[in-house]
Amino acid sequence: MSRRHRHDARTPIVILSLGIVAVAFFVLPLVALAIRVPWSSSFDALGNDATIEALGLSVATSLITTVLAVIFGVPLAWLLARSNMPGRQTIRGLCTLSMVLPPVVAGVALLASLGRRGVVGQILDDWFGVRLPFTMPAVIVAQLFVAMPFLVLTVESGFARSSTTVEEAARTLGATPWYVFLRVTIPATRPAIVAGAVLTWARALGEFGATITFAGNFPGATRTLPIATYLALETNVDDALLISMLMVVLSLVILVALRGRWVGAIGGAR
Amino acid sequence: MTLSVDVKRLIGSMHLDVSFTVEAGETIAIVGPNGAGKSSLLRMIAGLSAADEGRITWNGADWDDASSGEFVPTEKRPVSYVFQDHALIPHLNVLDNVAFGVRASGGRRRVARERATHALSDVGSLELADRMPSELSGGESQTVAIARALATKPELMLFDEPFAALDAGARAQARRLFASMSNESLARILVTHDAVDALTLADRIVALESGSIVQVGTPSDVLATPRSHFVAEILGFNPLSGELHGDQLSIGAMNLTLGAHEVSDGPVIAIIRPRSVSLHRTRPEGSPRNVWNTAIAAVDRTSDRVRVQLGAPLHIAVEVTPAGFEALATGVGEELWASVKASEIAVHPA
Repeated sequence: MSRRHRHDARTPIVILSLGIVAVAFFVLPLVALAIRVPWSSSFDALGNDATIEALGLSVATSLITTVLAVIFGVPLAWLLARSNMPGRQTIRGLCTLSMVLPPVVAGVALLASLGRRGVVGQILDDWFGVRLPFTMPAVIVAQLFVAMPFLVLTVESGFARSSTTVEEAARTLGATPWYVFLRVTIPATRPAIVAGAVLTWARALGEFGATITFAGNFPGATRTLPIATYLALETNVDDALLISMLMVVLSLVILVALRGRWVGAIGGAR
Repeated sequence: MTLSVDVKRLIGSMHLDVSFTVEAGETIAIVGPNGAGKSSLLRMIAGLSAADEGRITWNGADWDDASSGEFVPTEKRPVSYVFQDHALIPHLNVLDNVAFGVRASGGRRRVARERATHALSDVGSLELADRMPSELSGGESQTVAIARALATKPELMLFDEPFAALDAGARAQARRLFASMSNESLARILVTHDAVDALTLADRIVALESGSIVQVGTPSDVLATPRSHFVAEILGFNPLSGELHGDQLSIGAMNLTLGAHEVSDGPVIAIIRPRSVSLHRTRPEGSPRNVWNTAIAAVDRTSDRVRVQLGAPLHIAVEVTPAGFEALATGVGEELWASVKASEIAVHPA
């Protein structure tokens, strides 16, 4: 007891008070949300077809996005971390720019490239009759565009830290480079891949700006949970509160499941 | 089975340029200071890097030929490599680490584990099979690394400073293991900066300095006539650069008289064995040449002989018995007289 007091006494009062303000800033909205949620009518609202539809769409698209991000992002991260290809810094910058771009701008850029009159979209339409915008695949494209960089950067730092000596030892034992990649490098980097995938998934699940710009807002096809929440605010605030609470719970589950793992995978050796 | 190496490679600003051969059944030690190019050489032989010029052949077949571009990748060479930090695969247990090579070359899991079990029992470490690499001591992890290298049945084994990271007990055990695995069909290359390893474990010693071979010979050849500063130093001798004029050797301000020799005038490396220098409290009588006044710079009593480092004008180490040192009764900084017989100074052209 006395030890705790002495410890507290050593914390400068300015740091302590500013820190408490910061904590309050994060906790208050969550508490307020929980207070305002109409728990009694929650089953009605969540049983509502439109909400179920949005939830299903969000879960499905964000999971597909995560899988695609791993399939393409892990090789990209390896190239950035290990190859000597020229202009690596520039490529890394270009591939992760969407992370800091305003999501709406990302959506506009996607329209300019893959929209019906877009640079590539026009060709897709003319040659194959494929029109991407305002379809479910467009939701995935939008999510992938803004969320994949989280995976790329996390996994790249994982590759950079895993031992090249161990990989060389594996080569001398008779393993081809591909076998080494699958059996040595990937397992050694697994914590980073898991962390990157979860960050990507969380970002994809919450995607709003790029999705509504590029994919639009069609119930059942492109109306994801965040978009449904935003729309509900104008018609039925209780629904908006409920869906928001649902997403808070989902995020909390992710955070608890990972505990300190992703912090470790990004920040330091584990 | 013969490995023939004749390669050049630019490493930073240093030109590595070496040529030697190793036969099956033979162990050679590559010795030299840090940065001499020892590890770079091993990496080229293993196929982890390529030569800029020259070639490496195994039984006459090219492994690496810079002029034709022929390059056999690491995994196709019957080579295994024991790394200084052992490089065990962290997420596999000991048995699967040892089985890795057989698995990687397409062996079935059961076969691989059988081979691994044999390899582990050959090195006397079967009880480690279920442990993870992070649960091993330095010596255990070294033993596992050797078992893993043996399990692929290599014809050539490369060892990069295998004993450097071990404590004294584990080092002695690892040396015994190394000595015991010598056989007729296996060629071994041992990179080390430890004179004892090179002298006791190798059939031949290749001394490397700044990318070039300065001496190749059996341990007794090298002991008898160390040809480089580094070799002499690691053997505990005192290598000194000097200028020779007839029987007079000048080392800085110091002049020493030599006995009979066949080296022509000019720059030479002189070697004075630490035990051939005698120390005296007062100027010794009756020995007019090669006597000088000096001071003790350091004293090392860690071995069974006392090693006394002398200060100016000749910075050399002298070994005396503990009793002899007590009789001198001197400590660091004390002045005394040193002498060496002319016949005890060996010279080699620099």
